[in-house]
Amino acid sequence: MSRIGVVVFPGSNCEYDAASAVTQLGATAEFVWHGQDNVDGFDGIILPGGFAHGDYLRPGALARFSPVMNAVASFANAGGAVLGICNGFQVLTEAGLLPGALQKNRGLTFLCHPTTLIVESTRSVLTLNATKGQELSIPINHFSGSYTCDDKTYDELVANDQIVLRYKENPNGSRDDIAGVSNLNGNVVGLMPHPERAMSLLLGSADGQVLLSSFISKTLSVR
Amino acid sequence: MKYAIIVDVTLRQGISDPEGATIERALPALGFTGVSDVRAGKSFRLNVEADNEADALEKATALAQRLLSNPVIEDSRARLSAEG
Repeated sequence: MSRIGVVVFPGSNCEYDAASAVTQLGATAEFVWHGQDNVDGFDGIILPGGFAHGDYLRPGALARFSPVMNAVASFANAGGAVLGICNGFQVLTEAGLLPGALQKNRGLTFLCHPTTLIVESTRSVLTLNATKGQELSIPINHFSGSYTCDDKTYDELVANDQIVLRYKENPNGSRDDIAGVSNLNGNVVGLMPHPERAMSLLLGSADGQVLLSSFISKTLSVR
Repeated sequence: MKYAIIVDVTLRQGISDPEGATIERALPALGFTGVSDVRAGKSFRLNVEADNEADALEKATALAQRLLSNPVIEDSRARLSAEG
């Protein structure tokens, strides 16, 4: 059984949703406090949404220096599956584990609504079980979700198939409608939308299941 | 010696600045014409213990690049505070 560590920073607020979602799919989830200096024994790591360290300075700016992040970086560099959702995505970019940065939304508005995503790459740990071009209904919930990067980074993202998900209709001014990216190897993925909030048709959408089941299956194959 | 230092952090040229743009659009309505290229940013004031000004600025520049700014999208600049 896949064992997923869900990192909890002071100010995280989606850790229970993330744990519940992966548990629903048959994995086990355990919380990992940000002050812990190792992630030994886990098959995959999720950095959940929220406002780590109050988002002081910039979202993710202080969280990247939490002790657990050194362990997450080692885990990622060894090929471990790491997923950053929303604030977790911001933390991963600040930590340099993913390229680019997340800026305030175009229009300076907090956005909280369903979006339609298009799967652009099935090479990443989050999209292995999805189909290229597949449309998914997944909600967003963020103020700083406008993905940005310089031209050189953008060219590399395109050339290396690192753009994982795009918005069908750009809600926040993200460069080239980007909703999620991966690192070069595809084992580290960040996205602004919340797949863990799209786990049940009763609650609007179950399209998050294909993403999180990919992530969990990948953590098994790594082990 | 203690040196009072100001660190300015602004978005890099070429990075869109929705806050600056919004401020700029609001100005004409208030009667302020002829104002352009508004960029929003942050300013930090710190006291730095160092042997001389150059060392203090070097230390402030380093911490500005490591923590106060995100070099992917922001520029930072450390300067001595005129007020001391």
